[in-house]
Amino acid sequence: MADITLKKIYVKVWRQNSAKEKGRFETYEVENISQGSSFLEMLDILNDKLIREGKDPIAFDHDCREGICGMCSLYINGRAHGPDRDITTCQLHMRKFNEGETITIEPWRAGAFPVIKDLIVDRTAFEKIQQAGGFVSVNTGGIPDGNAIPIGYDDAEEAMDAASCIGCGACVATCKNSSAMLFVAAKVSQLAKLPQGKVEAKRRARNMVTKMDELGFGGCTNTGACELECPKGISISHIARLNREYLVAKLAE
Amino acid sequence: MSKIENKIPQGPIAEKWSKHKATIKVVSPANKRKLDIIVVGTGLAGASAAASLSELGYNVKAFCYQDSPRRAHSIAAQGGINAAKNYQNDNDSVFRLFYDTVKGGDYRAREANVYRLAEVSPNIIDQCVAQGVPFAREYGGTLSNRSFGGVLVSRTFYARGQTGQQLLLGAYSALNRQIAVGSVKMYTRQEMLDVVIKDGKARGIITRDMVTGEVQRHGAHAVVVATGGYGNVFFLSTNAMGCNGSAAWQCYKKGAWFGNPCFVQIHPTCIPVHGDQQSKLTLMSESLRNDGRVWVPKKKEDAVKLQKGEIGPNDIPEEDRDFYLERRYPSYGNLVPRDVASRAAKERCDAGYGVNNTGLAVYLDFKYSIERLGKNVIEARYGNLFQMYEKITDVDPYKEPMQIYPAIHYSMGGLWVDYNLMTNIPGLYAIGEANFSDHGANRLGASALMQGLADGYFVLPYTIGDYLANEIMTPKVDVNAPEFIEAEKAVTGRLEQLFNVKGTEPVDHFHKKLGHIMWDYVGMSRNEAGLKKAIEEMKALKKEFWANVRVPGEMNNLNPELEKAGRVADAIEMGILMAQDALDRKESCGGHFREESVTEDGEAKRDDDNFTYVSCWEYQGEDKDPVLNKEDLVFENIELTQRSYK
Repeated sequence: MADITLKKIYVKVWRQNSAKEKGRFETYEVENISQGSSFLEMLDILNDKLIREGKDPIAFDHDCREGICGMCSLYINGRAHGPDRDITTCQLHMRKFNEGETITIEPWRAGAFPVIKDLIVDRTAFEKIQQAGGFVSVNTGGIPDGNAIPIGYDDAEEAMDAASCIGCGACVATCKNSSAMLFVAAKVSQLAKLPQGKVEAKRRARNMVTKMDELGFGGCTNTGACELECPKGISISHIARLNREYLVAKLAE
Repeated sequence: MSKIENKIPQGPIAEKWSKHKATIKVVSPANKRKLDIIVVGTGLAGASAAASLSELGYNVKAFCYQDSPRRAHSIAAQGGINAAKNYQNDNDSVFRLFYDTVKGGDYRAREANVYRLAEVSPNIIDQCVAQGVPFAREYGGTLSNRSFGGVLVSRTFYARGQTGQQLLLGAYSALNRQIAVGSVKMYTRQEMLDVVIKDGKARGIITRDMVTGEVQRHGAHAVVVATGGYGNVFFLSTNAMGCNGSAAWQCYKKGAWFGNPCFVQIHPTCIPVHGDQQSKLTLMSESLRNDGRVWVPKKKEDAVKLQKGEIGPNDIPEEDRDFYLERRYPSYGNLVPRDVASRAAKERCDAGYGVNNTGLAVYLDFKYSIERLGKNVIEARYGNLFQMYEKITDVDPYKEPMQIYPAIHYSMGGLWVDYNLMTNIPGLYAIGEANFSDHGANRLGASALMQGLADGYFVLPYTIGDYLANEIMTPKVDVNAPEFIEAEKAVTGRLEQLFNVKGTEPVDHFHKKLGHIMWDYVGMSRNEAGLKKAIEEMKALKKEFWANVRVPGEMNNLNPELEKAGRVADAIEMGILMAQDALDRKESCGGHFREESVTEDGEAKRDDDNFTYVSCWEYQGEDKDPVLNKEDLVFENIELTQRSYK
């Protein structure tokens, strides 16, 4: 696992002190980065340098650093989560970059995700969509045995495919319409595949889609960009299921 | 010395919880509406508690430091959740889960708590299924199970390698439903910086809005701390970057006892450290030990060649591979508990048989199971973990064995709580990893998710009523009371103090230094001289921190360095307490290994005559040594024996 060291790279970053202030790009030099380091470790090193120089470090969201919490959200060289498939930014490693390269880093760009500071955006809109119906209405307790309702292997697997969404927002950031259809579809589809979720499927599809539209996300024009950049590889076939669920719900009105 | 009342009910173990529930007080629906509860942290324990308490009718305020409750680090748990369902007909039972957990914890957990945990475990699975958690299923539609370390039955439920994610999203969805109806008020990007005690009871917290920098006062009739563990004291761990023990530490400094701080779990299967630019470690699920075989070369010369990169693992012939876990522990083999597996890896590496360029790694090999089951079966079981491994290391684990090494993973220690999960401060509760209670000196795999959800769904919602029934006449807590004003002032003062040091070194510099001290002296292997040295070094580090830390940016803006600075200041103090506790406990038990207390064949040697107690540390003031209170552990149902997995 011996990795080579990049002697010098350039990082062009979006800097914006707050939601109210105007932003700008700034370029920094970073030296001696092991290609075995993660992209975020490279930013840690840059920040260490900036702090020592008396400058304000770059603010970026991150937490688990193992690709599951969905907190990290960088647009790198024009791609959500950077130049690799099926990963989040924190799983991106410096071996994807070359000596002397200039790497451009932007925050998620979408009207529904306003910038808070530098590369950090506000994804509260996603919370509101989930609160509109992304659940099964059961209280704690008084539940029948877990094996009381058999669920077919394939249904469980397909529900799991959809449920693996980490809510990072790459689908929105990469969509030219800033559509949240893949995000909404993942939850609607997961629960539509399970008997426990079927009971209130119509209400769920209607409420979540209505909320999504209300929050300013764009419509879906089937470009498939979301599927391509989704770190969990969630298929747009779930969008098709969402459309069916929504149609059924509207017809029932 | 303070008096310890653990409130364990009388009677036979199997009846304690039912009897307790029947005798504790209950709050009427009309009165629940008048009572406010603060829940800090929204991982499995916090989210499940906040949702369940709100469903009962209490007004809940929930807080998390992330931008969404869904991001709490429970999300990263991979392998599964235990429950005594006996779906596999392999003679599992509540008693067996209880027994395995007490034994796995090396007899340093409370019997009554563990029994209750095992007793409610089946309900957790039912609850999660009802929420739409897509657990793995058999073709007939029933729930599937896998095995985990330290047990001889198959009782672990799972959702691929993302069980924590799915369980957390289940609890998160329940929480969202309550947020939508307005009975949970959710505060994201908010960090708890102090707990407010009024008339001897917990009455609220002080927080900082991490976006605006505003310091806020929040009042309630009870405060629940569900803020996880303190593994990040070690700098490098499998915890998320933001995980911290500060909330628990603030409670400690306000008088809540800290239980067994030296008990931290070192997980045997993590991706090895790659270099000094590393920021955190990534876990490879314990479930991999179901199908992976752990080995190092038998010959030292082979190990040296591997370290130099002259040969690869596949060049080592079968007869020159030392499957040391299977050799040393024939009955449990690769599925020995975590503490045992970690120490065995360290033993081999220390003896010079480690691999990787550092010599600090062992192999976890899937060749044999791929031959036996086929690649597609292994891919279905662990596909996402294999992908994760390849992305990080650039090595394909289908073709070459994984390299793994132990890393800090979980804190068994935490705030001391009684049977009701209340700390010694009335009205202050601690649940999930934040408390000390159920795992003793070593946690078994797939038991953290179980405990977090047991506490949140099925224990706290009952036990908190017993306390709140006496609070129904207490009006809404006034956050303008002098205790709140004072606490806010102290918090603001400390933030200003951090800014005003204006030193030269960034926060991470101190955190890394702390991590080195902790790993070297308070890590996998501890001794008296090393612990004493660590305490002195950390005391010096504390002084250095407050003299030379540099916190950039502004107070009233988003400022990750300021957040980190406060946490690292606390972490240094926590490190000192962990070392003090490790120094006091002269025995080896579970994850706590004292070199002075070893059996003839190199296993951890407990000293039941002198150390069958929970250490409950009581804060005495800045830079003063804390007082140690001891809660004696009484074993009525399980006989204490030297733990053996041979």
